[in-house]
Amino acid sequence: MILGRIAGSVVSTIHHPIVNGRKLLLADRLDAEGKPTGGYVIAMDVVGAGHGEAVIIIDEGNGARQVLEDPTAPIRAVVVGIVDGLEIVSD
Amino acid sequence: MLLGRVIGTVVPAVVVEGLAGTPMLWVQPLDRECEPEGRPIVCADPTRMAGPGETVYWVESREAALALDPWFVPVDHAIVGLVDEIKNDPPEEDFSIP
Repeated sequence: MILGRIAGSVVSTIHHPIVNGRKLLLADRLDAEGKPTGGYVIAMDVVGAGHGEAVIIIDEGNGARQVLEDPTAPIRAVVVGIVDGLEIVSD
Repeated sequence: MLLGRVIGTVVPAVVVEGLAGTPMLWVQPLDRECEPEGRPIVCADPTRMAGPGETVYWVESREAALALDPWFVPVDHAIVGLVDEIKNDPPEEDFSIP
């Protein structure tokens, strides 16, 4: 899983049925210190993550299909958690 | 999934069995700011609605094969949907993790 931060959402009316009734969030990927790396991913939301929140994103198909409970979902990135705290052990 | 812009249509003369009839579009992947990034790719378009100039979001590998109906057609990039609008939330001042 990866850490991301919600930076926006994607509005779409013409799409694969899997997107019906689900939100697509634009998440910036975060580095070790929690800073945006410049990379991003469009992830499907299942936990109600909001703007600016740091989130945990599954970025792998089988996990995503399991969460979406759809064995043929063509989705790989799913927001599966909202981060409450990130404690970084600085050596 | 990542963003892409449809920059053309690919019309195959011959394709492997299973790909016949699958619309194929020439797509330029986009970065976070919708600027071109990386090499263009050929995307199957199961929505059959994306035209040149449209912004789309696409998947690769197994997810692309699953996007087609019947699924598991031999493709490795497929469009999942068309973008109407990208809502960029205004960046917060303090972006530190709580």
